[in-house]
Amino acid sequence: MAVRLRSVSWSAALAVLLFATVTVSAGIGPVSIPPSETLKVLLNALAVPTSISVASTSLVTLGGISIPAPLLGYSSLFHFGVPETHTIIVWNIRMPRIALGALVGFALAAAGAVMQGFFRNPMADPSIIGVSSGAAVGAVAAITLPIPFGLHSAAFLGGLLTAFGVYVIATENGRTPVATLLLAGIAVQTFLGAVISYMLVLSGQSLQEAVFWLMGHLHNASWSEVGFALFFVPIFFVILAWYSRDLNVLLLGEEDAATLGIEVERTKRILLGVSSLITAAAVAVSGVIGFVGLIVPHMMRLLVGPDHRILLPTSAIAGATFLVATDTIARTGAAEIPVGIVTAALGAPFFLFLLRRREVHAL
Amino acid sequence: MIDDLRARLESIAGNGDRLESLVGDGAAVDTSSVAGDSLESDGQLMSEGSRATGTDPVVDVADVSITLGEVAALENVSVEAESGEFLGIIGPNGAGKTTLLRTISGVLKPDSGFIRVDGQDIGGLSSRAVSRLVAVVPQETNLAFDFDVREIVSMGRTPYRKRLSWGDRPDEAVVDRALAETRIEDLADRAISEVSGGERQRVLLARALAQDTPVLLLDEPTASLDINHQVRTLEMVRSLVDEGGKTVMAPIHDLNLAAHYCDRLLLLADGRRTALGPPESVLTESNLESAFGTEAIVTNHPVTGSVYVMALPAGAIETTKPPVHVIGGGGTAARLLYLLSAAGYEVTTGALNEGDADLETARLLGIDAVTLEPYSPIDDATYERVLERVREAAVTVVADVEIGEGNLPNLRAACEAEEVVVVADRPFDERNYTGVRGADLYESLVEAGTETQSAELLRTLDVIVGAGDSEGARSDDAVEEYGS
Repeated sequence: MAVRLRSVSWSAALAVLLFATVTVSAGIGPVSIPPSETLKVLLNALAVPTSISVASTSLVTLGGISIPAPLLGYSSLFHFGVPETHTIIVWNIRMPRIALGALVGFALAAAGAVMQGFFRNPMADPSIIGVSSGAAVGAVAAITLPIPFGLHSAAFLGGLLTAFGVYVIATENGRTPVATLLLAGIAVQTFLGAVISYMLVLSGQSLQEAVFWLMGHLHNASWSEVGFALFFVPIFFVILAWYSRDLNVLLLGEEDAATLGIEVERTKRILLGVSSLITAAAVAVSGVIGFVGLIVPHMMRLLVGPDHRILLPTSAIAGATFLVATDTIARTGAAEIPVGIVTAALGAPFFLFLLRRREVHAL
Repeated sequence: MIDDLRARLESIAGNGDRLESLVGDGAAVDTSSVAGDSLESDGQLMSEGSRATGTDPVVDVADVSITLGEVAALENVSVEAESGEFLGIIGPNGAGKTTLLRTISGVLKPDSGFIRVDGQDIGGLSSRAVSRLVAVVPQETNLAFDFDVREIVSMGRTPYRKRLSWGDRPDEAVVDRALAETRIEDLADRAISEVSGGERQRVLLARALAQDTPVLLLDEPTASLDINHQVRTLEMVRSLVDEGGKTVMAPIHDLNLAAHYCDRLLLLADGRRTALGPPESVLTESNLESAFGTEAIVTNHPVTGSVYVMALPAGAIETTKPPVHVIGGGGTAARLLYLLSAAGYEVTTGALNEGDADLETARLLGIDAVTLEPYSPIDDATYERVLERVREAAVTVVADVEIGEGNLPNLRAACEAEEVVVVADRPFDERNYTGVRGADLYESLVEAGTETQSAELLRTLDVIVGAGDSEGARSDDAVEEYGS
């Protein structure tokens, strides 16, 4: 009971912090809007579904595949009076980017917490088995080569194929030792780094777009990208949360976990697969944003301890807050910079600080 | 100690009842094995009793072979363990003890043969099902993070967990009991990284108890523990077997602890079963020699009555050095006898009265001794026998012994020796009860020979017999280490 209570109260507190960050962030930009105004815009947008119908003519496009979607009728809950321009700036211009930032941060931090527990290695992050490199190869290929995939689809598939490839390379006789997985991941990342560099050399005109993507960015975010992330991230997160107790037991070592009744290899496959999916979904829409998945779980582990039932949800929410905050800095500087630069510039020194304080010595 | 003894006696009594009732039922009971057992080894009697019931074994390892990499780790090993039995697994490093354990816990799959626990072939069971039958107390676990003790113990409930019950409510009682049984309730809220090695092991034991399994496997439960914690751990395991009815299998390095606490021992060497049975039948000098490749002396412990094994440094029994006669008595020569025989001297001693502590030691070490009746003085015939050995010896060592009328002839015999070394840790006056006669004899011995102290004895002897080669020096170091 205590665990659930702690988990819920920490998560609730962090969710309040996230909402506050979002409200403030939505007011920051070339046109400054006070938080009370943005709050009203956000509340006006709150709606509850009041009717449902399925029309075969309405299709939702997800990763290049079109599926029929249910149509929901909504009614707004609040009707505050807000100037039309403010609503457009907050809801149509700033909110897609903020929402995408929150989802991506949420996904990366959750995957990072899982990977650090899974590898029992404090340097593990969501890209450790090559998801980000693979996604980058896919994205750069989509930008620089005439391939029949959209950017998001190519990145998503590239990330997944790479993770799967690393898994296959590291697996022998049905067992996947995490040390082998780690080394195979590093080797594959290095190889894909070469592939990316080669494509960049030959890219010509599209070089700048490709480099910008590689640095990790959230600009030009649209509600359709938010929809893409919103479709994948929560499902995968629920699966990861479902396995948080197994992750705790896995922290004791695989052999201990096996004697405690965990089907170790199967659990590893699921955790690896799902955290690769959630990472690939995030990277596909935002490019390679480093350090969120590494630093946020460490910070939260210091605050809430190693129990994944608490660590996983709190890391995810804190990751969302962290990325929204850093992206606000990224877009409000003298010149807009990719958010990946900000997260790394803030994250790395903070990590070193923790390292010197010996807070990060083990899990 | 008394409590423990009483508990054991009660358990024997309880067992006796069970046997009687079985006999009354006309069940076929093999009483010969019970009768054959010494009454001191109570745990022994108990396991023999339960074996006689003819029930299926809880753990049935049948003809298991397993290859790890290129190496055959286990070859056709079969062993059964009964309910309420503590089976110790002994053998040299790399003999396959831990491999056997990991195979029984289902972590390793045998290449051939099968393992049944509670009648079920664990090869066909899920990891969850196996972990409801077999719990493992690992030697080391990755605990370098701050779960608190209660959380670690709660993880023992993993095999019973329903995925949707996300909280930790229903198994609280089992966890509390496990904490109580291992006496770590006080530590429940402490971080695992803050408890000591001995406590940490009890946390792992509690975790295994929370699994609520009929079988408990402990991997080297006494390794890296101090002697106090070794005994406490094994006492705890013993009571889990006697009172909790658990079946325990555990590799144990310390043969004497294994002999004292285990009902039966399985001796493995090179992945093969070399011996299986009660400690006294497994721990024989020839078994130990073939399994461990070491010289060992097996005797009964004077206090506990358990089988007692004492290993000797390599080559100790092959005498390569000249004969030495030791004159001692009253325990003053015991250590010297051990040092000398371990260093490779062909040792004789005497004369000693029956019942003398030095004589016991000499017998343990297989040393030829001149003996005489308890409390009787050395007569002429005995004196001749002593003299014979003194003359054969290259050196005669006179220990720091009390001299009375009864053993004065020993000193006289020593005067006839070719070389004499007198060990004088105390002044002779303090241990002379024969007045001038003894003092004169002693003085002439000191004049003719070399005076030394027991700690210096081996070095003094080396100088006298001229065994100063490097190999000798090295083995002396080893002996010094043993002796100290």
